[in-house]
Amino acid sequence: MEMPVPDPAILAKRERVLARLAVVLPGDALISDPAETRAYECDALTAYRCLPLAVVLPRTTEEVAAVMRECHAEGVKVIPRGAGTSLAGGSLPTPDAVVIGVARMNAVIETDYANRFIRVQAGRTNLSVTGAVEAEGFFYAPDPSSQLACAIAGNIGMNSGGAHCLKYGVTTNNLLGVTLVTMTGEVVQIGGPFMDAGGLDLLGVICGSEGQLGVVTEAWLRILPKPEGARPVLMGFASNEVAGACVSDIIKGGLLPVAIEFMDRPCIVATEAFAKAGYPDCEALLIVEVEGSPAEIDEQLARIKAIAARHDPVAYREAASEDEAKRIWLGRKSAFGAMGQMGDYICLDGTIPVSSLPFVLRRIGELSDQYGLRVANVFHAGDGNMHPLIIFNANQPGDLDRAEALGADILKLCVEVGGCLTGEHGVGVEKRDLMSVQFSDTDMEAQLRVKDVFDPGWLLNPAKVFPLYVTAGRRAA
Amino acid sequence: MNRPGNEAELAELVRGAGGPFVIRGGGTRGIGSTGPGEVLETGGLSGIALYEPGALTLVVGAGTPLAEVERVLAAEGQRLPFEPPDMRGLLGRDGESTIGGVVAANASGPRRVQAGACRDSLIGVRFVDGTGTVVRNGGRVMKNVTGIDLVKLLAGSHGTLGVLTEVAFKLLPAPEVQATLCVAGLEDAGAVAAMAAALGSPFDVTGAAHVPGRGTFLRLEGFETSVRYRAKELARVLARFGSVAEVGGDVWTQVRDVAPFHGAEGDVWRLSVTPSEAPALVAKAGAEAVVYDWGGGLVWLRMAPGVDLRARLGVFQGHATRVRGEGAVPAFQPEPAAVAALSAGLRAKFDPRGVFNPGLMRAA
Repeated sequence: MEMPVPDPAILAKRERVLARLAVVLPGDALISDPAETRAYECDALTAYRCLPLAVVLPRTTEEVAAVMRECHAEGVKVIPRGAGTSLAGGSLPTPDAVVIGVARMNAVIETDYANRFIRVQAGRTNLSVTGAVEAEGFFYAPDPSSQLACAIAGNIGMNSGGAHCLKYGVTTNNLLGVTLVTMTGEVVQIGGPFMDAGGLDLLGVICGSEGQLGVVTEAWLRILPKPEGARPVLMGFASNEVAGACVSDIIKGGLLPVAIEFMDRPCIVATEAFAKAGYPDCEALLIVEVEGSPAEIDEQLARIKAIAARHDPVAYREAASEDEAKRIWLGRKSAFGAMGQMGDYICLDGTIPVSSLPFVLRRIGELSDQYGLRVANVFHAGDGNMHPLIIFNANQPGDLDRAEALGADILKLCVEVGGCLTGEHGVGVEKRDLMSVQFSDTDMEAQLRVKDVFDPGWLLNPAKVFPLYVTAGRRAA
Repeated sequence: MNRPGNEAELAELVRGAGGPFVIRGGGTRGIGSTGPGEVLETGGLSGIALYEPGALTLVVGAGTPLAEVERVLAAEGQRLPFEPPDMRGLLGRDGESTIGGVVAANASGPRRVQAGACRDSLIGVRFVDGTGTVVRNGGRVMKNVTGIDLVKLLAGSHGTLGVLTEVAFKLLPAPEVQATLCVAGLEDAGAVAAMAAALGSPFDVTGAAHVPGRGTFLRLEGFETSVRYRAKELARVLARFGSVAEVGGDVWTQVRDVAPFHGAEGDVWRLSVTPSEAPALVAKAGAEAVVYDWGGGLVWLRMAPGVDLRARLGVFQGHATRVRGEGAVPAFQPEPAAVAALSAGLRAKFDPRGVFNPGLMRAA
């Protein structure tokens, strides 16, 4: 992974920058000892690590603004960081940058059930947002699998999704407003506790901008009433093609399950060995979950069963109890853990048109053979968001490179069939150099203009998202 | 008048340093006023490029009539989730609304409370910017976080950043049946509280509107037995607010299109607010007539001509847009300086010569 040469002028004035930051921050909010900054050298993309110039852990929007003013004045780059769970290296530091971690900013500022929103500091974890409102019967819908640890700030940065997007959408569809600190230290409210922008939809560009436009310190989030209940059903099929056709027919049948999860044979075998969830021995497996009252669930499942029957399922198992529901989800939820037992892995998240599912899975199988690396697929089938897991051995020289090359080929395949590089993880550094597979230089130039407006000096997370050749002129200016 | 027949012609026209241009789809929902310019019609950019019912995906030329899009989707039992309003009756316009115009206005009807706005269903755009360059963003898949999201930025940009040539949506299945409950005789504050109770219930309300003097309406949609069940349960939730009855008739088209204001004189304003604050703001407004949609988050006000509604309301969380009428104050709500600077910066980048709908969204 190529990263820009650190700015020697910034490295040379490290002490001066630290001194300026020390003036505007409480003593425990500035970390500069390498023994301590090491905890921030990477995020969940652990293959890439780098010590930053310093780490700051502010507690208020004002402190963030003060840090931004100092960094701007000194021309120091800033890497925003939520909880550090990015799988794409979105918060990977550079030696000449200050990491602003917002994890200490985790307060609930306001809950408003009548107007169905919660306002939180952006360092609050995803799951604890739901935790703050569930006693009143509400929840926050986006549910990335890292939701126990990941921060709302990172969710907004990456426009995170989850398993229930088919019905509830992703972060951008559940975000009402933010408090944004710009690179110059200005505090701006974008959106708020009301629907739709009065002018240009700036909230729409900020969400998913991977920390390139500002530091989000607070957010207004939409909360929803919890459904009366939910129940999964598990179906096994004789081929990926048949399972894919069944997904399509369920959707065409006017049903909108909250989740349609797909596991292929390699994934079924691995999770079964690990979690012993009692999954059937088959080529492809679907877990479909529907919501509502018991009677509504019965009706939806009756329709789903009738559709599935047309595709000759080799297994069909409805959860008759809470315990059975848990068992159905057990394998799916253990999938990543099971892969971890098999070796190191890379998790991709390209999205494809649902109709291309069988073709893409076949091609991934061929590529897997060609590279001699195992690939297991578990993904959100309703919205086409794949999660191929490439298994490799990090201790074997060359294996990571091979796994990355295979990953790149799989993502190119996703783009070729009309999909995209990333459905919910973000580009970060991981997929940065593949952006030109999906976008022409002209398309990227249009995106860079947005950053030019918010961050004319290109100090915010500047070596991410776009191939370095595309941003070289701007970063050097 | 300019009416390019395809995207390449449009790009060439813009590159040709002509303009300024007043962008027009069907001319049915434009608001505010632009500086002088030649009309640029998008009707030539028409046609369904891709429709996959099994993937809930539609890609369509921006100049395609909305009615055609809705017809094609209905044939497969699907629809645009956000229920775009027909503004012709309210604005006194003729013409045929285009899907690109719907996107440019981020036009969303009563279902916005449950299914999101137009921008939430929009998954991809192609557009020609002010330099005549064709830009592509998003795509045809419903989960896509690749790069900066210009899709949302273009939605609701009212033709000030670029001319849309193609738009892609995620769709929803059309429901088997719908039912409408009406709570009679509520004052505005009581109505907003009743709508909040309904929207805060697990019964998946897809419309919540209050028309003073006519009633407070809640919509349920889905499979027959499910709707029957939820109607019964929701009526129980609403019982403490007043007498509840199920009503027929086309309440939701009337709310969507603000039919109670059709044919009546005066300015029309659109207020986007925190629902529970709406009744107090309406009391300050001194409107001649009011319709609440989105559970109170959207308020349509019919005002005496020339009144500056914003001056009457003072500071509040949200915005007020004048959709019909003239006046000294701008149609779009002026933004705080920092936000206005960012918006102006974006317009300067995407339309550096200021040739698209000049002045339309700028605060006077």
